[in-house]
Amino acid sequence: MKRLINFIIKEFKHIIRDPRVLLILFGMPVVQVLIFGFALTNEIKNSKIIVIDFARDEISKKMINKIEANKYFEIIEISQNKNIILDYFREGKIKAAIIIPANLSSDLNHSGSSQIQIITDATDVNFANSIKNFIRAIINDYQSESLAGKVLERLIIVPEIKMLYNPQLKGAPNFVPGVMSMVMLLVCVMMTAIAIVREKEIGSMEVLLTSPVRPIFIIISKVVPYFAISTIDLTLILLLSVYVLDLPIQGSLFLLIAESLLFIFTCLNIGILISIRTSSQQIAMLMSLVGMMMPTVFLSGFMFPIENMPYVLQLISNVVPSKWFYIIVKDIMLKGAGFEIVWKETLIIASMMFFFFLVSFRTFKVRLN
Amino acid sequence: MDKIVIKTENLTKRFGAFTAVKDLSFEVHRGEIFGFLGANGAGKTTAIRMLIGLLRPTSGFATVAGFDVYKEPEKIKKNIGYMSQKFSLYEDLTVLENLKFFGGIYGLKSEAIKIKSAELVEKLGMKNIAKKLIKELPIGWRQKVAFSVAVFHNPAIVFLDEPTGGVDPIVRRQFWDMIYEASESYITIFVTTHYLDEAEYCNRISIMDEGTIKALGNPSELKKNFNVDSMNDLFYLIARKKI
Amino acid sequence: MKEAIKVENVSMKYEKSKVIALDNISFKINENDIFGLIGPDGAGKTTLFRILTTLILPTQGSVEIYGFKTTKDYKQIRQFIGYVPERFSLYQDLTVYENLNFFASVYKTTIKENYAVIKDIFIHLEPFKNRKAGKLSGGMKQKLALCCALINKPKILFLDEPTTGVDPVSRIEFWETIKKLKENGITIIVSTPYMDEAKLCDRIALMFNSKILNISTPDDIISNFESNIFKIKSDNNSYLKKILNDFDKLFTAYYFGDSVHLAISKELAINEEQIISMINEKNIKIFEFSLIAPTIEDCFIKYLTNG
Repeated sequence: MKRLINFIIKEFKHIIRDPRVLLILFGMPVVQVLIFGFALTNEIKNSKIIVIDFARDEISKKMINKIEANKYFEIIEISQNKNIILDYFREGKIKAAIIIPANLSSDLNHSGSSQIQIITDATDVNFANSIKNFIRAIINDYQSESLAGKVLERLIIVPEIKMLYNPQLKGAPNFVPGVMSMVMLLVCVMMTAIAIVREKEIGSMEVLLTSPVRPIFIIISKVVPYFAISTIDLTLILLLSVYVLDLPIQGSLFLLIAESLLFIFTCLNIGILISIRTSSQQIAMLMSLVGMMMPTVFLSGFMFPIENMPYVLQLISNVVPSKWFYIIVKDIMLKGAGFEIVWKETLIIASMMFFFFLVSFRTFKVRLN
Repeated sequence: MDKIVIKTENLTKRFGAFTAVKDLSFEVHRGEIFGFLGANGAGKTTAIRMLIGLLRPTSGFATVAGFDVYKEPEKIKKNIGYMSQKFSLYEDLTVLENLKFFGGIYGLKSEAIKIKSAELVEKLGMKNIAKKLIKELPIGWRQKVAFSVAVFHNPAIVFLDEPTGGVDPIVRRQFWDMIYEASESYITIFVTTHYLDEAEYCNRISIMDEGTIKALGNPSELKKNFNVDSMNDLFYLIARKKI
Repeated sequence: MKEAIKVENVSMKYEKSKVIALDNISFKINENDIFGLIGPDGAGKTTLFRILTTLILPTQGSVEIYGFKTTKDYKQIRQFIGYVPERFSLYQDLTVYENLNFFASVYKTTIKENYAVIKDIFIHLEPFKNRKAGKLSGGMKQKLALCCALINKPKILFLDEPTTGVDPVSRIEFWETIKKLKENGITIIVSTPYMDEAKLCDRIALMFNSKILNISTPDDIISNFESNIFKIKSDNNSYLKKILNDFDKLFTAYYFGDSVHLAISKELAINEEQIISMINEKNIKIFEFSLIAPTIEDCFIKYLTNG
């Protein structure tokens, strides 16, 4: 036991004495969360929009005032000419356009409902989604305010959203689950693999293997610090997203942490497997980046919706552990899902962990490979 | 043989309060094989960097191939060749491609490179391997090619940094044959090495310690003068660290 | 003399690269010897080290260390060996003390407990105890690596190319240290590509191309050398070398500094006077002509050229 503690202390010394490693381990998660978070909320403020008001009546005026009063939008023009919309978009002058139909009030009066069209620039998927949600919220607000007390059955103004350039856009984008899986991969796969491979590179692995120390012991002592650090990172990310980005955790915190630990263990096993199979830090890094980070960025649904991908890529995305983790975290954090909803994904990750554990256990040798 | 190609007088380099090289004065003659020895930290590397124009001396005087180290470092670089044990050739290029690349670096015209390469291939009898990748060649050939590259642009001086570490004795002997041959055609060979048996191959050697040259001369004469049996003993006598 | 290591018919073929690193070699190492593996890069020295230290298993043959087989008894063997691999560079970001302390804990011992073993070497490191290993000079690093390998009081110490890239002063000190370790009863197996270090070993194995060319004491190898070597200094060395090489197939002449060395097979019936007069006939002036002792390098070349 004393020996294990000694080993772990040594490992922490390696980490603490390398500022670059410290930066990757603790700086990256914070920076990633903040960049993703603030880039989104900042840009929504003072977004320029135009309103095409064909109605020009009481209701439309009130609605425009309501939008204008909002800090997120700046109406740069109110017009009756529908044709200017595309030009404004092409020149990048506006982020969204709202079209109020001529028969707004008559529709409301007759059928009790009407439609408003919102057009957004969906080249920036996340942004377009946010704008859409904001405008929808404003309109809902307006409705509940202005129609309070009046006896009307249900929602009367249904915004019709039209996503320009990327019409099939789906899914509520959220970066925090994505950042979480990226950070876990970085710490548990790449940094762990590099730390172990480094021992091979400087020749100390040979010395340790010729000593009575059991090799599994070496691995465990390498893994423990990175496990500790990844739980710290997990806490950091959750704290940041709740308190700085105002993104509450809808589901059970306990379940979220349990699922994250499961993912961390999976990643550690992958990291160990990579370290067993490689002999230089460079290759270990390349394998982690190409083998794990790239699939996470491209195939986990975090950046690009999986539904839009070619069938083959959709199939491949199934073997990317972070895809399942991303789904789980999103469901728990945003939708408040419980275990009864995410149990399938959990099972998939658990079996992946078991698989990687078996493979690395079997390839592991008491000698050099 | 009398022409002097390297001459230093009181050459000194200080880094802050630390004097790395102190009052270095020596001469190397044309066509000579000169061994430049010393323990780590004796000032060897600093001295060589000044000689090849990479480092400006603090004081003193030095010319290499007739050019002043202060004023004409670029000309010096054009007139020297360099070969080290660690890197001298691109392993994934062929013999001819290496010659072409390094010839180009030294400003040789591609016509001249072609002609010289053909001559070299003929002279070394390497018709069969000229178009092979360096990494496919046995170590003996690699060294021959590396040396040929280092002297390809007809430099006045070739600097060799531990040229034969780890090679087998036959290859080493062949390699030194090439060095002697180059020296016969009046190319000066400046060898640095940690291996004292290699020092025995030199015409003259210097042993540096604490920034100055402590011994200079022909290996067998030095042994006689210092009254020791081997280069090892000589070196030990001069450069043993005073702990 | 007690036998420490027995190697029988060991071959090693790497599956992936199809490289044969060791080709059916057998030898024994006596207890408390300094045993040198002498050979150029690629001779198979490191592979042999890895087999002896239980790091890899040979494709064929067996290795016994004090009667323990490297195949099944590796746990016992690992208790009493120390190993410094060629590329071992310590933990650069840990201090001298931290490095040593770590390796002590690897062997479940403490610096204090085994201080007597490393004392002679560690005394030089003591002033730099709190310096990071990465900031040490080459010689100091080597001393620290030795201390780390000695901290478990090994019976056998394996040193793979400890002097490669080390400056001459540190090399000399290194060999002095090795001799002291031998006095303490440790068996030392050391490899080097440098022929001049061979004579510092008790017994040596000359290795080349995955094979052992010869095993003996350095003195025996030299005295069994079948040629005489003459050192000749003249006023025209290049011409001298040429005529000597042309004179007879059994003449080998090569440059050596400011002289030419001439190796002549002992079976050739020719005496010094005949050679001198032959040279004089060619109008070459001889300044010096002497019989010199062959070196291990000469012997090595002989073994190589004889096949």
